[in-house]
Amino acid sequence: MTRAEFEERFFGTLKWMSIVFFAVIALFPLLYMLALSFKPIQDLLLDPGKWWPTLEQITGFETYRAVLRPVDQGGFGFVTFIRNSSIVAVSTVILTLAVGILAAYSVARVNFFGRQTVSIGMILVYLFPVVIVAIPLFVMFSRMGIRDSLYGLVIVYLASTLPVTMYMLRGYFQSIPVSLEEAAMVDGLSRFGVIRKITFPLAAPAIAAVALYVFMIAWNEFLYALLFVLEKRELWTLSLGVNQLNTQEVPKTMLMAGSVIISLPIIVLFFAAERFLTEGLTAGGVKG
Amino acid sequence: MAATQTPDMKDRRRRKTPMARRESRFGVNLILPAVLVVALLVVFPLLWNVALSFQKARLIDIQDVSIWGFTPTLNNYRTVVGAHDFWPVLKTTFIYTIAGSILSIGLGLWAALSLQKAFKGRAFVRGLVLFPYVVPVIAAAFVWQVMLNPQFGIVNEWLGRFGVPAIDFLRTRSYDLSVFGLFHVSIPLALTTVIVFEGWRYFPFAFLFILAALQSMPEDVNEAALVDGATLSQKFRYVTLPALAPVLSVLFLLRFIWTFNKFDDVYLLTGGGSGTEVITVKIVDWMLGRGNVGAAAALGMILAAILLVVVGLYFKFFYKEETA
Repeated sequence: MTRAEFEERFFGTLKWMSIVFFAVIALFPLLYMLALSFKPIQDLLLDPGKWWPTLEQITGFETYRAVLRPVDQGGFGFVTFIRNSSIVAVSTVILTLAVGILAAYSVARVNFFGRQTVSIGMILVYLFPVVIVAIPLFVMFSRMGIRDSLYGLVIVYLASTLPVTMYMLRGYFQSIPVSLEEAAMVDGLSRFGVIRKITFPLAAPAIAAVALYVFMIAWNEFLYALLFVLEKRELWTLSLGVNQLNTQEVPKTMLMAGSVIISLPIIVLFFAAERFLTEGLTAGGVKG
Repeated sequence: MAATQTPDMKDRRRRKTPMARRESRFGVNLILPAVLVVALLVVFPLLWNVALSFQKARLIDIQDVSIWGFTPTLNNYRTVVGAHDFWPVLKTTFIYTIAGSILSIGLGLWAALSLQKAFKGRAFVRGLVLFPYVVPVIAAAFVWQVMLNPQFGIVNEWLGRFGVPAIDFLRTRSYDLSVFGLFHVSIPLALTTVIVFEGWRYFPFAFLFILAALQSMPEDVNEAALVDGATLSQKFRYVTLPALAPVLSVLFLLRFIWTFNKFDDVYLLTGGGSGTEVITVKIVDWMLGRGNVGAAAALGMILAAILLVVVGLYFKFFYKEETA
């Protein structure tokens, strides 16, 4: 066997083993989380190797009920957290898109003084440490009296998702042929009309992808929520809610149920739009 | 960055016709809200952070903290740098950042090479591989905690079948490993675990970038190498890897910056205990744990300064060579 033949065979086998390896490490933790979320903790302590639940346990839904039940009924009040997270994430998406689409269009298409500066500034902001901005914002919002409110969170998320939004959409807007817009202008559309009737519909897939990203960022965010609304339980987002389950007193299987609840919408959204998202990811490079 | 400008657009900028002026005003109007948001919520706080770092500011009297009227002092910097764990935290941060970045990019490269050629079900596996990156960090961190739990975690259960006594991965500062009883090494276990988490969580990010780069590589170079009789490993070493160098270098810079600034992962996995405390966790500890906002701001400034220096060095030594 020549070296070339040996390598052909060796890497051929290695490739399939690698594919299995990556599929397992990506999927197993999630499967484990899902399986454990249905089990009573006593079962798990009795035999940790038997981590998959029985059918009755799955249909019983015990842990989930306990997690979702309001606090005054002995649960953990997750319904409120789901509501808060939804409000915050959806508001962030709407605001960020409203501001971001116009700004991205401007940077991509319109000639104005300072366009280059704004473009570079956005990338710098995107790379900057969040923690540094968090401290003064904490002080600022405390003094303005909006720190422990969902408004405060939405405003902060708007600021932290705007650069990504602009960066990704700018790239997409630039890929739309200018001649299309010029033709529409010759036909008598105003600049604004062009954005609304030509650019917007053409960029719809990109805008959808960006909207999903912004939603994910706002939905998953933890640091600002911890800093801003920790003291007011009724304002907690899901990430704070899941975090409170991570104590000695709460069974770990309930922690897993909480983790499934926060992950589920994200995974569903991701698979619904996987192609857009992966393309958007490599185009914009999303912070993580 | 704006290399896509057409020559026609450049011409338009030089002449200041009424139309160009109207265009300019239109552009400014469109971008104004975004600039205002960033100025008010990013730039202004940044400047305020500078001020905070030079003044006495406690969490309890936060309502009285003022932007201008204070006597500047270096006390915060003295406190922060003088803390007994300042240098260890710095060292941990660098180890965590560099090892985490390299591991995630290495895994990403391996995954991209494995999934480069089309096969049945590739699209499915590609979507699957993105899971660790997509799942909310809080869920990912907690499922790792449970998997690694010494009492009922699946990892220890499996290790136990090989006779390995239970290991508390996230709470063991250093673990003495004896290799076949021949020699002993002490590894910082909790830190290593956090780094492995980092590699696991962010390899899909590197994977996507590298896969895109691999797929845009011209096919004829590969074919030429094959005609010349290159084996697969030679082809990788002399054709693929050099072609990927720019992507890998950008990825390393991005991952370095983001991992260096990362707070959630370490905080949620270990809370910064067992030798895993990184600067960002320390900052939040100064702020919420000890209520010293000024010290937190000062440490934040140090974080930014280090980052600036590292990125500057990177551009000085690596960036030019690649574009040349």
